Amino acid sequence: MEIELKRKQGDFTVDVVFQGDPSGVTGLFGPSGSGKTSIVSMVAGLLKPDAGHVVVGGRLLYDSVRRINLSPEKRRIGYVFQDGRLLPHLTVKSNLTYGMNRTPLERRYVNLGQVVELLGIGHILERRPAKLSGGEKQRVAIGRALLASPALLLMDEPLASLDGNRKNEVLPFIMRLSREFSIPILYVTHALDEIINLANRMVLLENGRVLGSGPIKELMDRPDLKGYLRNETYRFASSGHALT
Amino acid sequence: MDMFGLTPMEWEALKLSLWISFWAVSGSLPLGILTAWILARVNFPGKGIFDGIVHLPLVLPPVVTGYMLLVLFGRKGPLGAFMRDQFGFSLAFNWKGAALAAAVMAFPLMVRAVRLSIESVDQGFESAARTLGARPLRVFFTVTLPLTLPGIISGMILAFARSLGEFGATITFVSNIPGQTQTLPLALYTLTQVPGGETSAMRLCVLSVGVSMVALFFSEMAARRFSKRLKG
Repeated sequence: MEIELKRKQGDFTVDVVFQGDPSGVTGLFGPSGSGKTSIVSMVAGLLKPDAGHVVVGGRLLYDSVRRINLSPEKRRIGYVFQDGRLLPHLTVKSNLTYGMNRTPLERRYVNLGQVVELLGIGHILERRPAKLSGGEKQRVAIGRALLASPALLLMDEPLASLDGNRKNEVLPFIMRLSREFSIPILYVTHALDEIINLANRMVLLENGRVLGSGPIKELMDRPDLKGYLRNETYRFASSGHALT
Repeated sequence: MDMFGLTPMEWEALKLSLWISFWAVSGSLPLGILTAWILARVNFPGKGIFDGIVHLPLVLPPVVTGYMLLVLFGRKGPLGAFMRDQFGFSLAFNWKGAALAAAVMAFPLMVRAVRLSIESVDQGFESAARTLGARPLRVFFTVTLPLTLPGIISGMILAFARSLGEFGATITFVSNIPGQTQTLPLALYTLTQVPGGETSAMRLCVLSVGVSMVALFFSEMAARRFSKRLKG
């Protein structure tokens, strides 16, 4: 996954270049307002950049020089929105299969049964989104995006609107997801502990620019980034010592 | 023979009104939805003028609208002659012309209701559907349209009620022909011009109020049912 994007929006400019992990989770980390959601919208084709190029899974999705700009439905990129965006007039099951139904059989690598089992949503298949809890909604949103068999999964702060308990309802499922399916995932968040738990690589953003990108451990060791990579609630998952 | 206490003239007016209004609304529905969608979602130079033209029947005196229809679609009118020659289809002095008059007068009301409804559909849902591989047309039919349904139903019933009450444009365009263009309002008017027509006129009056109230009732029911469905 290669991403290069430039876009002027309001009082700041997004100007980023980074690579992502071809089969694991790449975290996109930065404070609110650093341009994370814009970047992800541009990768998905929902927002038009001023310049740049986007390559995912060997396919060129956007190139300003060659005037290529694939529409979102052709990009095969799944998007889990921060607000879920489950279609309110459909049941959970119809939401889940919305993308899958139009995906040709030879391109499908996951089926409904697997996703239902993976995300623990078998008991709510016939419900409408209005009757789901926040955690359930996000799990369905993740399942829906995954069932379209995308080449890349974008997750835009999926746990942001959930409180502590609900986060624990969803985080383990995302961890399982990234282990069981080898598609690349671009995970956007401003919570460092989520990235530590889920990602191998990380892209650190501030004011629309990349401050550093690469394996998480490398970034942690860089002295110039120390100020950014601390927060009250994070712990080093692998080396086992806590930082306050 | 009187059925339910109605004279043949009254019965005919009622049936004709319902028939004409039904066709007026169903015929203009696709165009109404398209127009509402364009006004809600598309920006183009001259949009204000387009919006103005759509609303004209709402502000012009109905007789003026009826006269313009007569000029265009009457026997000697450019569109009227064209339709007669190409399709053997005439709108002058028959129920089809009355349906057209009713449709034109009710159009702005339908468009307004549908447009408001489309504008209230969160485009975030449409974006989500696109990321799931749906092309714009599929997004429209599977996401936008279902979510707009309460507004469409509301618009249809409003247009139906307006069509039932259509008088000025109808009588100017297709005049007052029993069995062809004499709808409830025209029949009622005719009866007020005739000595001894008061009882009959009163019956038609009660009938018109009754039909309108039934229409309003169904409108409320439909709107509530769809809102409930959407909110679970």
